Amino acid sequence: MTVSRKTRGGGKLWSLHLVLVVVGAVMAVPLLYAALSGFKSTDELSRNPVGLPESWVTSNYTGILASGDFWRLIGNSTLIAVGTTVLVVAVSALSAFSFARFAFRGRELLFTLFTMGLMFPFAVAALPLFLLLRSLGLLDNPLGVILPQAAFGLPMTIIILRGFFRQIPGELEEAATLDGCGPFGFFWRVLLPMARPALGTVSVLAVVTSWNNFFLPLLVFTDATWWTLPIGVQQFQGQYSADYAKVFAYLVLAMVPALAFYSVAERQLVGGLTAGATKG
Amino acid sequence: MTSTFLPSKQSGPDTGPPPPVADRGRGRARRRTLNWLTATGFQLPALVLFIGLVLLPMLFALYAAFFRWGGFGMPSDYVGGENFTRLFQDEVFLGDLWRCLVLVVLSLALQLPFALAMAVLLNQRMRGRAVYRMLFFAPYVLSEAITGILFGMIFAPDDGFADQVLGRIGLEGLGGEWFADPSTVMATLFLVMMWKYFGFHMMLYLAGLQAVPKELTEAALIDGAGPWQRFRNVTLPLLAPTLRISVFLSVIGSIQLFDLVWVTTAGGPDHHSETMAVTMFQYGFKRYQVGYASAISVAMFAISLVFALAYQRFVLRRDLEGATTTMRGDGK
Repeated sequence: MTVSRKTRGGGKLWSLHLVLVVVGAVMAVPLLYAALSGFKSTDELSRNPVGLPESWVTSNYTGILASGDFWRLIGNSTLIAVGTTVLVVAVSALSAFSFARFAFRGRELLFTLFTMGLMFPFAVAALPLFLLLRSLGLLDNPLGVILPQAAFGLPMTIIILRGFFRQIPGELEEAATLDGCGPFGFFWRVLLPMARPALGTVSVLAVVTSWNNFFLPLLVFTDATWWTLPIGVQQFQGQYSADYAKVFAYLVLAMVPALAFYSVAERQLVGGLTAGATKG
Repeated sequence: MTSTFLPSKQSGPDTGPPPPVADRGRGRARRRTLNWLTATGFQLPALVLFIGLVLLPMLFALYAAFFRWGGFGMPSDYVGGENFTRLFQDEVFLGDLWRCLVLVVLSLALQLPFALAMAVLLNQRMRGRAVYRMLFFAPYVLSEAITGILFGMIFAPDDGFADQVLGRIGLEGLGGEWFADPSTVMATLFLVMMWKYFGFHMMLYLAGLQAVPKELTEAALIDGAGPWQRFRNVTLPLLAPTLRISVFLSVIGSIQLFDLVWVTTAGGPDHHSETMAVTMFQYGFKRYQVGYASAISVAMFAISLVFALAYQRFVLRRDLEGATTTMRGDGK
């Protein structure tokens, strides 16, 4: 009897694993296929699209890495992601502090206003935003992407930080006040250092959102000098559309930073997304 | 629980020694003003950014939607509600609405149940659980544009990986034109969306499942409930708030879909995969009918708003009520 139960349990476990392996394969194969295709010549890719490369060609990858264009895209994406993150986290932290630690007239109304922003897709405001940026002379300027990204990131960041700030005991604030700390002193010297994990979470979210943004840079940057990675990839694909192997190599290299960042910051990213979703 | 730390609205934060009796009224008023100024001072940068770059542009779109306007100078050719009546005669826009609905229905019927099944699977103690979780979620961190280009190549007719593999295992019949065929383009798009997004919903559900107390499922087990009954009657009701949020995010995502469509099909073939955002982009940035494009923006906004409010009113209300009553209970 014990034996039969054991085998039945084993059989069930085995079938569960089979399901996971199949789903895992479906998830991984497109990425592996792209990576392998980058090691083929376009000639081979049309002859042998599925198998391993006959001879491993590295020139697709090295050619891209040796070109300044790719690194400029990385640099632009990094600059814009860092700029957006610093701005949105700083501004949101101030606002979330006020929401979490002050009782003031209009607080709920203001908070509702920000949470409403969560519901509205960026695409809705894209067109008027473009017109506004054009009239401000911010097209082909990284600020033209950084400022709107920060503005649209406010609702989520404020909601998450407010939740964390509220959990910090009120006794600390009283103690700090008795020690002669003003509101800003408490915010700067006590609250922010204590909220470091929360700041990490929202920063990771902001970096990933900015890094992957496509719509806004597409509108703002007509000049190639400021293109970000997603725009650059699209342009590259248009330019070398017949040279499949090269495009695959480019796609793979463009995915590496995001995947590397994910592997380092998985905890913050997942924590932030679930916190944002459940508290929003 | 958190509300205990907040000074209640009536009393305000009373710190420091009480002022002399005669001065109390004036002092309190002054302190309250000072408190208000400090609190709103901290809000100022966020307000400026939010009003300037989120609210004002939206209001301007509402204004511009009443004009025939090419996008240069200020709009002057007032046409009343013409752009809006045009929306309802525009077959592409009506098609956008239909396609949005199709994506929402497909997500609710296939993507979210699949994500839930995977979450339940991965919520068990098993070998390699962390690896699967990481792998299933990984596509979420990739840019939509890059994902779209990758799958555009994978689903290239004949030469693409999908058709090649299907041909090799004797399933040529399942292959085809994918993105290039009007009858399959939406299904292909949905496949890519599922590949990219089910992991996100799975992560939400996993977080929700972690919060389901073990004692409850164990109690049900002792009462003789089978696995399905335990799931249906214990786990699922407790997961309901997470499910409702996930549905909400999925619908909002379908309403604003742009990147993935733009890089794979740009709305084609012959508008068969066009979304509202793509139509808006076409009119606003390619054809310079900015007034009409603004009307599309406003319509998207109105649809999001109506959906968000209705959802909040009829679906999320129960969760919020639960949250506020517990908070009130704890605050006492």
